[in-house]
Amino acid sequence: MSTINKSATQITATILSNKRVGAYHQILLAIGDLAALCRPGNFVAIAVGGDSSKMILRRAFAISRITHGNASGGAMELIVAPHGSGSRWLCAQPEGSEIDIVAPLGKAFGIPTTPVNALLVGGGYGSAPLFGLAEVLKSRGCRVDMLLGASTGSKIYAPLEGKRSASTLKIYTEDGSMGEHGRVTAPISSLIASGAVDVIYSCGPMSMLRAISDLTSGTDVVHQCAVEESMACGIGICMTCVLPVKDESGSISMLRSCIDGPVMDASTVAWELVGKTPPAVNS
Amino acid sequence: MSSAQTFDFTTSLAGAHFPTPIFTASGCASSGKELAQFFDLTQVGAIVTKSVMNKPRHGRPTPRMAETPSGMLNSIGLQGPGIDYFLANDVPWLLERGARVVVSIAGETIDEYAVLARKVRAVSGISAIEVNISCPNVENRGMVFACESDTAARAIDGVRKIIGGEIPIIAKLTPDVTDITAIASSVVNAGADALALINTVLGMVINLDTMRPHLGGKTGGLSGPAIRPVAVRAIYQVHSAMPHVPILGMGGVASGRDALELVLAGASGISIGTASFGDPMALPRVQRELQSLLIARGFTSFKDAIGYAHRSETGGAQ
Repeated sequence: MSTINKSATQITATILSNKRVGAYHQILLAIGDLAALCRPGNFVAIAVGGDSSKMILRRAFAISRITHGNASGGAMELIVAPHGSGSRWLCAQPEGSEIDIVAPLGKAFGIPTTPVNALLVGGGYGSAPLFGLAEVLKSRGCRVDMLLGASTGSKIYAPLEGKRSASTLKIYTEDGSMGEHGRVTAPISSLIASGAVDVIYSCGPMSMLRAISDLTSGTDVVHQCAVEESMACGIGICMTCVLPVKDESGSISMLRSCIDGPVMDASTVAWELVGKTPPAVNS
Repeated sequence: MSSAQTFDFTTSLAGAHFPTPIFTASGCASSGKELAQFFDLTQVGAIVTKSVMNKPRHGRPTPRMAETPSGMLNSIGLQGPGIDYFLANDVPWLLERGARVVVSIAGETIDEYAVLARKVRAVSGISAIEVNISCPNVENRGMVFACESDTAARAIDGVRKIIGGEIPIIAKLTPDVTDITAIASSVVNAGADALALINTVLGMVINLDTMRPHLGGKTGGLSGPAIRPVAVRAIYQVHSAMPHVPILGMGGVASGRDALELVLAGASGISIGTASFGDPMALPRVQRELQSLLIARGFTSFKDAIGYAHRSETGGAQ
């Protein structure tokens, strides 16, 4: 009936496993046939706190990976940082718990039809959806280089099986406790200049996405970023998660990052206007 | 005892008839398309569309929301495509699918309401017009026409002069006033056929990291179960003062029992707003639950329950 949210379904999913991995929890949910509809870059909206919760809004999480073909059907993997009361509740749910989810939501990463050199850049747990993406890109014959960054080593999420999906992986921490000392954006300019990058896929804090966007502007590199704005609904009805986005004519619209994103062409985002009111609409 | 097959769930608001009393709330369903994946829009009473202004509008800067205990603050600021795009695209989409449509309008000036009303009147198939004179997310608090009897009445009067009974005029009011019955009375005298009660309650959250107001627009509208008792009170007071004026009730309804409370207080229809954010299937669920609760209490018709809380204890359900 609608083209918006067209794959989304509300289901009760069972937690198959919930493991602590560094600063994060790796949570595996049984989602049956829904797995076939999930793409890298899609997200899931999860009801938190149980029936008598004072938390009335769902929490949105990037889908980290999808696995197919278990006895129970497909499974969805999430990487959750237990920061707020909602994510702490989710991380405290034991195996076997039933969770109310709506998925898949949002626009997925665009996958090139011909093999390209892809650079995947993740900040903090923003790396989570990049491993599933790396598998898909590799299966299409792309070269996949990955850069992961965080403030400190315990906040780097880089599972062993994920490392295998990338051709190279470099880690950056701001305190130097793991990998190179510095920011994940440091090597990008020279990688672009050397011609080793056709497409950048990024996921992480908005400041990182904007920094990468500055580095790719004026180059031929395509930059697809998965944005992070706070959302109340995840399905396009609350209008809280908007971002200023330019169209071909340069005029700006406040687009919903839930249905027009979270993956966006970074060159169209008016980064300088994020958190501000754009000039009045001309009509 | 009635059953789901024989129960009369229909309702009406000042001459507009609806198969069920469960509506979306303006600003909580966008233009309807987004929810169509989750339930059949024709199976609920009506889609009340997001308040639209004459021109396209960006709205307020982000952050636009903050969750609060059993509620949330929003600070959208009437972002929208403008009435011309809306009437040419969003309304036909809903009408073609057989949904009933209540168009909500919001103006910056008294004149803008009249301009909007003229454009809405030119489109056939619309069930009613909601005149939102109480959006809290505007730059100038003076723009909240519903805070004063005089400005509230002038905004409604401007619409009434354009719409002369073709479709009902529903005035949406704020509970952030000293006496809501006085405002209600002034808009009814100015020509409102029905009232939408209540808009969000003005609130604020301060971010403890920045130690500054969290929302880009500083203040926001509080919605969700936290404000339900305010809605019940406002509906009860207004129904008591003007029992003949139909009320579209809203404010924190998340279940059938919540909806029933507003109906007993005097609401002829119930809008579901914030609950859809947490549960995209909230409308059909609340509708099912409300019907079961009414049947369990011996009602054979929804209309018999409207304002039941006002009746003397000797009165029966029938």
